[in-house]
Amino acid sequence: MSYTLAAVLGVGFAAGLDLAVLRTKLLRRKVFWASYAVILVFQLLVNGILTGQRLVVYASADIIGWRVAYAPVEDLLFGFSLVLQTLAWWVWWGRRGVS
Amino acid sequence: MRYLAVMLCCVVVTLPLELRLHARVYRRWRRLLLTLAPVLAVFVTWDALAIHAHDWSYRHLTGLRIGDLPIEEIVFFVVVPICSLLTLEAVRRLRPSWQAGDER
Repeated sequence: MSYTLAAVLGVGFAAGLDLAVLRTKLLRRKVFWASYAVILVFQLLVNGILTGQRLVVYASADIIGWRVAYAPVEDLLFGFSLVLQTLAWWVWWGRRGVS
Repeated sequence: MRYLAVMLCCVVVTLPLELRLHARVYRRWRRLLLTLAPVLAVFVTWDALAIHAHDWSYRHLTGLRIGDLPIEEIVFFVVVPICSLLTLEAVRRLRPSWQAGDER
């Protein structure tokens, strides 16, 4: 279960970064959800390859056990957190005029 | 090698977004590096803890390491953010009216 807990905390951390720290508020923007939908499709594909071919293996005691396209559901939360943090920093630096 | 091959595929497949659709992610390399730095810091820490706690493990690695981390990990946390940014900027090219918050 520890990966489950870490994944949920990871999503919370990313949401806090986006909404409260950087105040990019991507979670409220159409462009974020449209992009995430596209990313999710490719994530499932790549994750399916990495996990399906057993290039990455998980400790069964640490995950809740629900799987989507071979990958544990925790990977979706982990991926969401990674994507949201990345896009939030990108927009934040763009706002500050970095190019 | 297989893990790195999958990552290389991700880079190649998304390259047209930069070259054809003019996502301008690689071109804005300063902004890209400044974005990758905090993300890498957070996730490399998470990953090191997870591997330490045996949440997951890897097979078919090249064996190359940077410090304690397999090279595949660093590559993953660089490639996935780049692909995500290319997707965001490509969506913005196709839907210019959707605001992301950095318009000037």
